[in-house]
Amino acid sequence: MSGTSVVETRERKASTVSARSAASVTVRAVLARIGRYTFLSAVLGFFALPLLWLATAPFDSQPTLTASIPEFTLDNFRTLLDNPYALPSLLNSIYLAAGAAILVVSFAALAAYALSRVRVPGRDALLYGLLLLSSIVTGTATMVPLFELAFRLNLIDSRLGVILVLSGGLLPAAIFILKDFMDTTPTSYEESARVFGASPLQIVRHIVVPVVRPGLATVTVWTVANVWGNFLVPFLLFRLPDKQPAAVIVYTLYTEGGQANLALLSTFSLLYSLPVVVMFIFVSSRYGFRFHGGIKR
Amino acid sequence: MSAITMRELTKIYPGGVRALDGLDLQIADGEFFALLGPSGCGKTTLLRTIAGLEVASTGSVSIGDRDVTNLPPGQRDVAMVFQDYALFPHMSVQDNIAYPLRIKKMDRRTRGAKAAQTAAELGLSQLLERRPGQLSGGQQQRVALARAMACHPSVFLLDEPLSNLDARLRLEARTFLKRLQRELGITTVFVTHDQAEALALADRIAVMDGGRIRQVGTPTEVFRQPANTFVAGFIGSTPMNLIHATVVDGEVAVGSVRLALPEHAHGQVADGENVVFGVRPEYLDLSSEPVAGALSGTVAVVENLGSHSLVSLDVPAPAAGDPAVSVQAVVPEGAEPTPGAAGWLVPRPGRSLLYRGGELVVAQAQPAVTV
Repeated sequence: MSGTSVVETRERKASTVSARSAASVTVRAVLARIGRYTFLSAVLGFFALPLLWLATAPFDSQPTLTASIPEFTLDNFRTLLDNPYALPSLLNSIYLAAGAAILVVSFAALAAYALSRVRVPGRDALLYGLLLLSSIVTGTATMVPLFELAFRLNLIDSRLGVILVLSGGLLPAAIFILKDFMDTTPTSYEESARVFGASPLQIVRHIVVPVVRPGLATVTVWTVANVWGNFLVPFLLFRLPDKQPAAVIVYTLYTEGGQANLALLSTFSLLYSLPVVVMFIFVSSRYGFRFHGGIKR
Repeated sequence: MSAITMRELTKIYPGGVRALDGLDLQIADGEFFALLGPSGCGKTTLLRTIAGLEVASTGSVSIGDRDVTNLPPGQRDVAMVFQDYALFPHMSVQDNIAYPLRIKKMDRRTRGAKAAQTAAELGLSQLLERRPGQLSGGQQQRVALARAMACHPSVFLLDEPLSNLDARLRLEARTFLKRLQRELGITTVFVTHDQAEALALADRIAVMDGGRIRQVGTPTEVFRQPANTFVAGFIGSTPMNLIHATVVDGEVAVGSVRLALPEHAHGQVADGENVVFGVRPEYLDLSSEPVAGALSGTVAVVENLGSHSLVSLDVPAPAAGDPAVSVQAVVPEGAEPTPGAAGWLVPRPGRSLLYRGGELVVAQAQPAVTV
């Protein structure tokens, strides 16, 4: 009799202990989940709030630095249209981005193709060296020499000057990305075309460019985004405001009192960011982004 | 008309590697010719030199009566099928086949029709709109062949045409390829490292090693009468048994065993000469009873190959102290010995060969490598 009861109590004790531990495990799991979601919400909020502000402030008659439900108005857009530099600056940005993209993509493609196919002694060292130096070319450190150079070459207030400087800074990384795409393309494609009698230019046009098209698309978007956001180089090399791109014009949107004009600033920022977003969506749906080469075979 | 002649062809790569070494070779018009050898023997370099993708360091290549040594690939009137087929991944099957015609500036409609016609000949009509990525290996190979055929070349060059296919498909493709070549009658050169493939497909084979040709001949010649021990060891699904021996009293002495002197060596060797006795496993009969003029040994391994078995015997070395020599023989179904049993191997008359200094002992003092 007593023996069985002892066993029972033990079992009961064991079961309560396990129940208690099970309860504590679930509590811990719930707490962990709450913690995780709180953290994620905080991070998400951190990134989403500025975007939310960008979406609401342009339509608010009295925008502040906080995101709030706007008193809906389109007045801000009307005011912005009256600014003589705002809309032309977006066009300027397009000129610069398009020019640099054409230059960077065509030169990077040719250079990457050559570097991928021809044995050049010290090729990798050259590439890494260029990559390292390229961050300096368009950086703050070379502001003075860049200005001096542009001045001597009569490239102040010239779109070509800005495009050349920006392209120079972007080319090494573009070559680097594209060379990876070229490397993963088998040489037998080109040799096959050669045996059929294709000229080098035909090989590039018919075979190489179509095969590395995702890479070219990637580099184009990357170049445009970089030029679109670049402030320093156009700020330095354009003296007149009528050629300044949007990235620089944003900086001039102040009230007479020297305060940032939040209404204009937010409206302009919205217009400024839209083209890049549209381009991303278009290119990614059309070609798909791939930062590593290789084609499905 | 489109025979290929190579004279004194040498190719030295920038690194100093001598891939081809003073090579002379003549390939007849309409011939199906195999370049066979282990990897690194220069066979692919030779094919690429014929194609014009590599430029010969010295020597000459002619196709038909044209010296093409310094012509770019596009002007040699050759078509090449690459090991990976090199189908352009962004073009449909039809555009791929039509590509050589596009280069020849044929208008879109004509070349499309021609491509469709070539595709139909190879049973590809259903696949014209597909991309290469959507095809099986065998289909890809046919598309590559169709593309090569579309430009009506005078020479076909195939680089390892069957190596990218799985085993079963390979047999099918082999038969297909041989039939196609026979029907087209175009001079075709192909590279392979697989001796069975070369024997099965080619009208003639050049066996290469170290940038040189070690033997040229029909599959039968190369199989029956390998000109040297390299070819003997390379040709045949099981390598030839090559046993060190000496000539004693007009017989071949392997240790205490005396074997009959191969017919081709009668009167060509002197007593006491060191030679190599070669016999294919297929031409050795295994006996479980002692026989005169047979190699005796112990059965070490029996490998079942389906319709026959490959038996390895450990034969005591001729000189005391050397490790035992392993000799292989093919025995028919049902006659397999048990490992550990004693066995006697009798060479079939007329099927054994004698080598001296690595080269086949021949009747006249003519060079072993005939081109």
